[in-house]
Amino acid sequence: MDLIFGSAIDVAPIVIFLFAFQRFVIGQPLTNRKQILVGFVFVVVGLGLFLLGLEKTLFPLGKLMAQQLTDPDFLYATVGKVVSDLAWHDYYWVFLFASAIGFSTTLAEPALIAVSMKANSVSGGAIGVWGLRVAVAIGVGFGVGLGCYRIIVGLPLHYFIAVGYFVVILQTMVAPKLIVPLAYDSGGVTTSTVTVPLITALGLGLSEAVPGRSPLLDGFGLVAFASLFPIISVLAYGQLAVLRERSSVNVSEERNPEKEE
Amino acid sequence: MKNSLIALANDAIGAVRDLLPIVVVISAFQIFVFREPVTGLVSLAIGAVFVVAGLTFFIFGLRLALFPVGESLAHALAEKGSVFWLITFAFVLGFGTTIAEPALIAIAAEAAQVAASAGAIESSDEAKSNYALGLRLTVALAVGAALVLGVMRILANWSLPVLIIGGYCLVVLLTTVAPKEIVGVAYDSGGVTTSTVTVPLVTALGVGLAGSLSGRNPMTDGFGLIAFASLTPILFVLTFGIIVQWI
Repeated sequence: MDLIFGSAIDVAPIVIFLFAFQRFVIGQPLTNRKQILVGFVFVVVGLGLFLLGLEKTLFPLGKLMAQQLTDPDFLYATVGKVVSDLAWHDYYWVFLFASAIGFSTTLAEPALIAVSMKANSVSGGAIGVWGLRVAVAIGVGFGVGLGCYRIIVGLPLHYFIAVGYFVVILQTMVAPKLIVPLAYDSGGVTTSTVTVPLITALGLGLSEAVPGRSPLLDGFGLVAFASLFPIISVLAYGQLAVLRERSSVNVSEERNPEKEE
Repeated sequence: MKNSLIALANDAIGAVRDLLPIVVVISAFQIFVFREPVTGLVSLAIGAVFVVAGLTFFIFGLRLALFPVGESLAHALAEKGSVFWLITFAFVLGFGTTIAEPALIAIAAEAAQVAASAGAIESSDEAKSNYALGLRLTVALAVGAALVLGVMRILANWSLPVLIIGGYCLVVLLTTVAPKEIVGVAYDSGGVTTSTVTVPLVTALGVGLAGSLSGRNPMTDGFGLIAFASLTPILFVLTFGIIVQWI
């Protein structure tokens, strides 16, 4: 009950704003109030249930996985070393798991599917729906994997992010103009409501389990990695599409004169 | 009635599809890598049902109420052409949707928990909920500001890369003076803000606005709002951390 009340308060601002705008700026009453009212009841109940489930499932699951993947017994069984001798690459199951989660959840992400279809239609088919989805998913998978590497070795987050955005700047200069805003946006849409809590819990769990790391300093940052690398991979995808088009144009130009001869 | 049941079922399928990759990957690891039964499986399964049901109702409700109203408002305001109302709308849209964003609610609570157990804030419930609320309000203000900036960019035709790159240079500068504990949370909050609620409404606003202005290409001008919404929270939360440290 507390939860439902809480989520009602969370949803209240946007409801009030929308109604106020409809009433005072547009000056037209809403057409189907009943439907809208029912909709908001669903929103409030849904949000409450979701947050409850989150606490029972996604957070514990992320921490459980982190704990199991860094369990000394498990690591001893797979790489044959005790904890104090471990190098970062001995945690390869962590990287594998993190990348698999990043890749698979992104590929299934509805927001990304919607954005890809919109991008496909406004670009006149130049940007493929599947190509974009796979490009973003590879970016997220790699990003989350690298983020786990950072947590394990304990390097400062902003080194990686600064270098990452430097790469983005370089790519922006050479990438086709059409793809740039889309690439920047794809960083934000990749991380869904279900994925964010899970990978946050994974990062926090890792930082608790790896010796010498603290959750406060090292635990956060995976979501930032998951938002940065899709920008790089989508820019690369756009670059690749242009190169491919250019080379196919070249090929057809080379072929045509031969035919004429 | 029948139609809405079909729509509800579709949203349920969508929610299951959201969760499915996670279930598949985790089950594969449990079965092939750990080869041990998971403890507390029942509680996890019940939680998963809550997640799916909650997400289903949430999205279904959004589609029924929030999206139609929001989209028609975005189009009506874009056509009306009043810059003042457009910018006000952009701000409240960003603020309101971010406050209701489920992922942000969850992360803010977790960040407060971590900060409390590390001794950065008091570990009373009140201190934690204040910290979490402060974080959410900061991020919501940031997203509001981002959309204002994004709309002004579309109207004035500013260069997106210049603004974004300038913003990230500012992020790097602020990082050097911000307290270390806030950096991770700040960088994460950029990616957290833009999911279920914000993205569809914001994309509708941007593409609708660029479509209704002459000489604008919805492809290059319409997108880019979300990029701002991922950037400003980092700046604002870093600033929040600096201010909290001082007081």
